[in-house]
Amino acid sequence: MALEQVLKPSDFATEVHNDWCPGCGDFGILRTIQMALAELRMEPHRVTIVSGIGCSAKTIHYVKTYGVHTLHGRALPYATGVKLANPQLKVLCLSGDGDGLGIGGGHFVNAGRRNLDMLYVIHDNGVYGLTKGQAAPTLKLGVQTKSLAHPNINDAVNPIWLALAAGATWVGRGYSYEIKHLVSLLKQGIEHKGYAFLDVLQPCPTYNDINTKEWYGGEDRKDAESGRPLPRVYKLEDEGFDPVVHEPSEIEKKTTQALEKALEWGDRIPIGVFFKNEHVPTFEERILQRVSTYMDNPPALQSIAGPNGEPRTDLTRLVQRMTFKGE
Amino acid sequence: MAAPTQVNDLSWLIGGPQGSGVDSSANVFARACAAGGLHVFGKREFYSNIMGEHSYFALRAHTNLVRSHIDSVNVLATFEAETLFRHARAVTDDGAIIYDPSLGKTRLSDIPTIEKRLRAELQTYLISHGVGETLDDMLAASKRRGVALVPIPFKDLLEQIADEFQIDQLSKITRVVNMLAVGASFGILGFDFAMMRASLEDVFRAKAKVVSMNAAGAQKAYDLARSLVPEFRYRLERVPRKEPRLFLTGSQATALGKLYGGMRFQTYYPITPASDESEFLEENEILDLDGHGLVPEAETPKDKAASMLVVQTEDEIAAVTMATGAALTGARSATATSGPGFSLMMEGIGWASINEVPLVITLYQRAGPSTGMPTRHEQGDLRFALHAGHGESPRIVLASGDFEECIRDGFLSFNLAERYQMPVIHLVDKALANSYATIAPPNLSDLRIDRGLVANGNNGYSKDNPYKRFDLGNGPVSARALLGQEGTIFWNTGDEHDEMGHITEDPGLRNAMMEKRFAKLDLAAKEIPQDVKLTYFGPKDAGTVIVSWGSTKGALLDALDRLWAEGAKVGYLHVRLMSPFPSAEVLAFLAKARRRIAVEMNFGAQLASVVREHTGVAMTHFILKYNGRPMSNTELYEALRSVGKGKAPKRTVLTRGA
Repeated sequence: MALEQVLKPSDFATEVHNDWCPGCGDFGILRTIQMALAELRMEPHRVTIVSGIGCSAKTIHYVKTYGVHTLHGRALPYATGVKLANPQLKVLCLSGDGDGLGIGGGHFVNAGRRNLDMLYVIHDNGVYGLTKGQAAPTLKLGVQTKSLAHPNINDAVNPIWLALAAGATWVGRGYSYEIKHLVSLLKQGIEHKGYAFLDVLQPCPTYNDINTKEWYGGEDRKDAESGRPLPRVYKLEDEGFDPVVHEPSEIEKKTTQALEKALEWGDRIPIGVFFKNEHVPTFEERILQRVSTYMDNPPALQSIAGPNGEPRTDLTRLVQRMTFKGE
Repeated sequence: MAAPTQVNDLSWLIGGPQGSGVDSSANVFARACAAGGLHVFGKREFYSNIMGEHSYFALRAHTNLVRSHIDSVNVLATFEAETLFRHARAVTDDGAIIYDPSLGKTRLSDIPTIEKRLRAELQTYLISHGVGETLDDMLAASKRRGVALVPIPFKDLLEQIADEFQIDQLSKITRVVNMLAVGASFGILGFDFAMMRASLEDVFRAKAKVVSMNAAGAQKAYDLARSLVPEFRYRLERVPRKEPRLFLTGSQATALGKLYGGMRFQTYYPITPASDESEFLEENEILDLDGHGLVPEAETPKDKAASMLVVQTEDEIAAVTMATGAALTGARSATATSGPGFSLMMEGIGWASINEVPLVITLYQRAGPSTGMPTRHEQGDLRFALHAGHGESPRIVLASGDFEECIRDGFLSFNLAERYQMPVIHLVDKALANSYATIAPPNLSDLRIDRGLVANGNNGYSKDNPYKRFDLGNGPVSARALLGQEGTIFWNTGDEHDEMGHITEDPGLRNAMMEKRFAKLDLAAKEIPQDVKLTYFGPKDAGTVIVSWGSTKGALLDALDRLWAEGAKVGYLHVRLMSPFPSAEVLAFLAKARRRIAVEMNFGAQLASVVREHTGVAMTHFILKYNGRPMSNTELYEALRSVGKGKAPKRTVLTRGA
């Protein structure tokens, strides 16, 4: 499905006015999605991007592929329906952390159980931006971002842990200011066979005044000798971390090391691929066990009517068991 | 003088604790009748419970089509005490009770599953008959009325079967008692035992030993019962018949209609009673095309390999949204649910409406509100279906009243959804979904699939003339493109949108889009043929007109047959299309009626209020029922007669049903 011709990120741009706040971390995610699709030479019409509600959800209007901006928390089931009805499409799904882990938490868990071949990206900024900065599910206990009346009374959920517990077979984390690295993660997630989850740390410059670009970049803690900031974010691959389950017997070990890494926060925040396991059958493969023609002739592509609208479905066999023949 | 024998007009009831096989005994009884050329109509009643609570089947067998149940029972068959306590009073004086004599000493107070209110009622009944409170006392009271008692020693018969078939433990064959009760029933009715054998073979097809064991037991019970009651007033006889008959439930009828209509994707979350349909579909995912169903082909060409996908979701929110996602790709998609699940779907319905997505929702109504009575009946969701969701979102609402309408509406829902690009809510009520009956196979040759206005990449779209999903330039219906098509990229959003599908808050565009969406509803009202909107039965100049909808159709038509035979001038307007509401058509039928009677299974007379809203016409009488049991034609006949005589109050509440 990749094109021969070279594509540019601008081939995936629309003319819609972008109304995110200046400096929003979402710009990095938008840009990297366009770059990843171009680098993968995806035909725009073969891609559908589904989003929920919030600033993150507006992304689809800025990308020139089929775009489905849905309901708060429901991006995953909409995306699942698209992908199941036409498994030949490339489906990306985008949410915010409130969208995907708060109101949509139930779907997050169940998507892992299916292992459908698609990528789910969470724009993770710890706040509900579009409703003026309330605390979102990844904001830590006791943290008081600027529009909160009191320090956060809830603790944070760990998206990496949750994705692993739910059964995601590829789990990664990116940072919206590490552009090249994020493009690479998006491409890996898109190409992963199965359900891939990518958590993207994305500063909200308007409402999250704690986890800012400067904070991630370590500008508050400079190296005494060089005077250079000591970034909090570091890349797993730089430290030789191998997330891949090479054979099924490694699942326990690889899951454990991913969970351990995902506990790191504060002074050292890992980004990169935490876990990758292609030994779990995808949902499409499970359906194929029951319906052998599923991939070639999925629900969306079946012919249901003749040239004059004659219904093509033949119920004879089905009705046979319900029929009492005449004498 | 003895009353004349009544041939092929029978009301039969079998009951027992849930999980004991009562289902299959009713199935065998009904199939034996159907095999013998009779029409049957069966009603199933059960608690929200897996095992132990009382369940029963009331079944009517007749030479002619049967569309409803009646209050009385001619033959009550049971192998345990509770059923007898609960239903003995319903047995007609000339009827019979098949029972286990070893249970005679069981006391009413020994049965914990009988509710306090009913127990008190039964105690009063027994006291008024001057008897004690054992099963024998209950039977004595029945016998005094003339009811024939048919004691069947179930345990002795089971032991004989165990001996014959060398079964070491009796507990392994306890379920055979069900077939003993059926066999004994057919014995006193004098029905051809070969039909029962055929029915057993049909139901237990793959298990030869099970068939012969059950048949042997049933034959013993048959012979014994026949010797005990050689001259019973009710008889069943075979009716020679050339045409085939279908034997199915309302859920199956709906599923068949949807499949025939080209449905290829359905989502569901388990819920009573809607799951029945999805489970039936799950069992039948591989479909045949183009009349090759009966000829196994060595190699099926690719385009002949049809299939559908049924997905069990994590909740009903996922069910409605997943089905919507699938509909965007072009697959005919639906979800099926019941009250509480439908409550969770509101936001998704609004999204489908604003994005003009052809989504079908089959709503199996049950008694609400909240959990209500999950396994009982009600037509309580009409208003809810019409208004579900915030804001104003057009949708089409259809309500089926019998099996053929279930099939047709299941089919039509997809046509309407695609032609008018909006959600279609197909209302079925539990009384219809869970009933099973024989019908003549409906002639569906008039049905055609209409996919509405579809865009494709060959329509000459270009950079300067891009495809616009919500084009305002060509009437209210804009060409619908499918995800994945080349040349027609579009965007959807739950926000108000412009022609491309991008967010807008522009007041002018907002008006244009609201008006576009609602104009489709006007168009539907104009185009949908009258015979889909409603059906009128009875004399055109009737001074009394009944207005009803849904499953009450069967009981009404059966009751009306009796009233018409008595010369009553009553009409019956059966409404099927609820949105867009056929105001002018309904008004035309009601304008001249002096007496207008709403018949509905709900508290608030919901259709009556919708009629008044759209036509200004108020009902003069209401016959309503909301005790969770479907209307019997007996009580409906009596209530209508009373209204006809001018004796009924404005509001009559029907209360029968166990």
